[in-house]
Amino acid sequence: MTYLKPHFRNPALPSNALGYTRRDYEGAVSTLCAGCGHDSISAAIVQACFELDLPPHRLAKLSGIGCSSKTPTYFLGASHGFNSVHGRMPSVLTGANLANRDLVYLGVSGDGDSASIGLGQFVHAMRRGVNMLYIVENNGVYGLTKGQFSATADKGSKSKKGAVNPDDPIDLVSLALQMGATFVGRGFSGDKAQLVPLIKAALRHRGVAFLDVLSPCVTFNNHPGSTKSYDYVREHNAVFNRPDVVPHREAITADSAPGELVTVTLHDGSVVRLRPVAGDHDVHDRIAAMNHLAERQAEGEIVTGLLYVDPDAGDLHDRLNTVDTPLNRLNDAELCPGAATLARVNAALR
Amino acid sequence: MRPTDTGSPDYFHRVVDCQWACPAHTPVPEYIRLIAAGRYDDAYLINWKSNVFPGILGRTCDRPCEPACRRGRVEAEPVAICRLKRVAADHKGPDVRARFPRAPAVKNGKRVALIGAGPASLTVARDLVPLGYHVVVYDGEAKGGGMMRSQIPRFRLPDAVLDEEVGQILDMGVETRFGTWVSSLTAVLDEGYDAVFVGTGAPRGRDVDVPGRAEAAANIHIGIDWLSSVSFGHTGRIGRRVIVLGGGNTAMDCCRTARRLGGEDVAVVVRSGFEEMKASPWEKEDALHEGIPIHNFLVPKAFTHARGKLTGVVFEKVAARYDDKGRRSLIPTGEPDVHMACDDVLVAIGQDNAFPWIERDAGIGFDRWGLPTVDPVTFQSSNPKVFFGGDAAFGPKNIITAVAQGHEAAISIDAFCQGSPLTDRPPPHVTLISQKMGLHEWSYDNDVSVDTRHKVPLRETAVALKDVRVEVELGFDVDLAWQEAQRCLNCDVQTAFGPALCIECDACLDICPVDCLTIAEDGGEGELLTRLKAPKLHADQPTYVSGALKTGRLMVKDEDVCLHCGLCAERCPTGAWDMQKFFLEMSHAGGAACRSR
Repeated sequence: MTYLKPHFRNPALPSNALGYTRRDYEGAVSTLCAGCGHDSISAAIVQACFELDLPPHRLAKLSGIGCSSKTPTYFLGASHGFNSVHGRMPSVLTGANLANRDLVYLGVSGDGDSASIGLGQFVHAMRRGVNMLYIVENNGVYGLTKGQFSATADKGSKSKKGAVNPDDPIDLVSLALQMGATFVGRGFSGDKAQLVPLIKAALRHRGVAFLDVLSPCVTFNNHPGSTKSYDYVREHNAVFNRPDVVPHREAITADSAPGELVTVTLHDGSVVRLRPVAGDHDVHDRIAAMNHLAERQAEGEIVTGLLYVDPDAGDLHDRLNTVDTPLNRLNDAELCPGAATLARVNAALR
Repeated sequence: MRPTDTGSPDYFHRVVDCQWACPAHTPVPEYIRLIAAGRYDDAYLINWKSNVFPGILGRTCDRPCEPACRRGRVEAEPVAICRLKRVAADHKGPDVRARFPRAPAVKNGKRVALIGAGPASLTVARDLVPLGYHVVVYDGEAKGGGMMRSQIPRFRLPDAVLDEEVGQILDMGVETRFGTWVSSLTAVLDEGYDAVFVGTGAPRGRDVDVPGRAEAAANIHIGIDWLSSVSFGHTGRIGRRVIVLGGGNTAMDCCRTARRLGGEDVAVVVRSGFEEMKASPWEKEDALHEGIPIHNFLVPKAFTHARGKLTGVVFEKVAARYDDKGRRSLIPTGEPDVHMACDDVLVAIGQDNAFPWIERDAGIGFDRWGLPTVDPVTFQSSNPKVFFGGDAAFGPKNIITAVAQGHEAAISIDAFCQGSPLTDRPPPHVTLISQKMGLHEWSYDNDVSVDTRHKVPLRETAVALKDVRVEVELGFDVDLAWQEAQRCLNCDVQTAFGPALCIECDACLDICPVDCLTIAEDGGEGELLTRLKAPKLHADQPTYVSGALKTGRLMVKDEDVCLHCGLCAERCPTGAWDMQKFFLEMSHAGGAACRSR
């Protein structure tokens, strides 16, 4: 097994505005199974951060426990990282975000970590509007414990050994919409052309952004009878739209007939251009998104693309009315205004 | 787009840049791995089979393989392929000779004359003797080797190495007529040979015709003649101040030899610029290392002399101009001429073929440059019995080209003597075998070394310059050789792709350290190449395009900077990518099929 990737790179590899190549955003060589969808998502995150010119040290990646939660080791080797307790990534991330609002937060989790042990944490992170990108690498099985059905496995789908799943699945996209997430989408690890722009737009979004990314488990859930295999997802992928992100500093040129493209201007001025494929609901309409999702799901289809966005959403800091300066940069005098001020506050409340 | 045909040997052969560039197509990565494994006999034998003179070429080859080496595109310098070849020769054991083919006890009754005992003729001899041919080699000198003995100085190629490798062939049972100057082809043909091979090289050194040439003739020498005279011990001294005219490898040999024969103030003067000189970069480097300056953009105008003795050379200063088509011309700058004082001049400005001994009615056509009419594939001349090879066929090239042409000529002579058509060329022997040993294990060392090129240790200059017969290069020792061998990227361990197995998980694209893989929608060839993950840098490098995958998309691979690290195959869950060793050996005479005679 080769644990080190040769350091030689293609001399023609392009650099971004910071002078980094895509390979500068990589991490250690993955120890996941060969062909794991998670590795493709890692590569998509690498590509998105490279294309967004993100300084690696301005990003924090946090995760819980599971195959998916191992992946932050395999991307953004120069970023901050925290591998937390099973299902507790959202609260650790919330804490980190409260302490330092200046970083870009990326939470990486799996269907076990988020839909089972961490479901309570998941929904609260969505409703609080923590400014983050929450990615669930969703393969429908517990890969690290040899392939039992997870809470997102479809009813009636089959395990590798042929057992049929009797339980109804939790659909994290519907849940995120219901809980008030302000940027909700779904991607597929086998379609980077759609996934990379989704990640880019989600990283640019202010507020909570949720991406459910179908990620086939090649070892335990890539067989006929699975609804999370490469073949099944490709056959049932009902692409809603294909996004394209234009950074705010670039002039927008119309290379497609107006009307064909839906444009969304994000908080920071970046423009997301959406090329609709199937379905025509307004991406700003949460109820319509939920309806579209439910309708297609009933047909056995898997809807992918950017389903809902509120570009004017606020985040947790707005709701708590915190200062603009990150709390971790305030000094003692700013944090503790003294006994006289405390007395005045107390007096005001009497 | 049409899928790439990897079934044709040429596709994977091109990926092994060194082997493809080698005129004899020596399986380079295979012998480098054997050297790394300490199997010097096996490494030597692979070389000997392909290029006949591993010890000689490991010191003197023009190394077309090295500029082609992938390592040079991945980092700065190619693998020191040539000097690794020498390691195989230096460290081989005495038993290797026992593995050479021998002449059969019963001959096939065919007699072949080889004229000239240089690399081309010796190659023909080596290929034909084991098949039962009675081979007779003619040479004017007392020993075999041709230009390898007469023109290459002993400080680059010691007698012992030359004698050994020439002897290996002659000892197979070749009849030699050395010290016999052939002055008539007709006379040779009249001896009733079934075929005659002409490997007489390009023996005529060019001269400069400027004023003073005749008056100062005593101190103006033709480079190759002078080198030959030194080699055979007829010349042992030269003046203190020497000017060498010319910028090729012969000029480099001349100046370095002059430094060893009393030339203290030796300079090379060249018409062209330093970069455009014909000499190999390493030969220029070796000359500079011995304190020999190289002066560029100077054209000799006259030899100055006093009382019948050379006093120096006058040069005109020129500059290079390029026209719209990139053609160069040298334009005088108008600056004052330069006079360089010297005691001797060596003229090494090129050499020509000369066939005064071939009667014009011997059935061989000659073109207006005096080159014989020779078929570039079969090396047969317009006289069906007479074959040419080496410098004699198409003008001066190098040893390895002469060897490659000797192999081809031997195939033709064999076919001619057996009455088979000469145009049926035997295909190369090719094998392609998976190197997978386990889940994540390969039979080759896929860890890519980050080392830069290792320098060959040299003898101290002060010692080296004292004796023209003391070898300058000491060669890699076993340890250095191993380290240098690790730099080889194993380009012959090919990435073989099976589209039917691919599930398009992207794992190979994601892991590839040099971004040479792309999965893309079909398109025209030119258009498809614009959508690669990393732009294509070298259009001459092969591109692999698979048949349609499940989604109809194509797997595309730009071979250019592939490290052959095997990570794509290691990360492939279905074995669609596999690392398979491609071994190609050229067919030589008699190698295509077994036969009793």
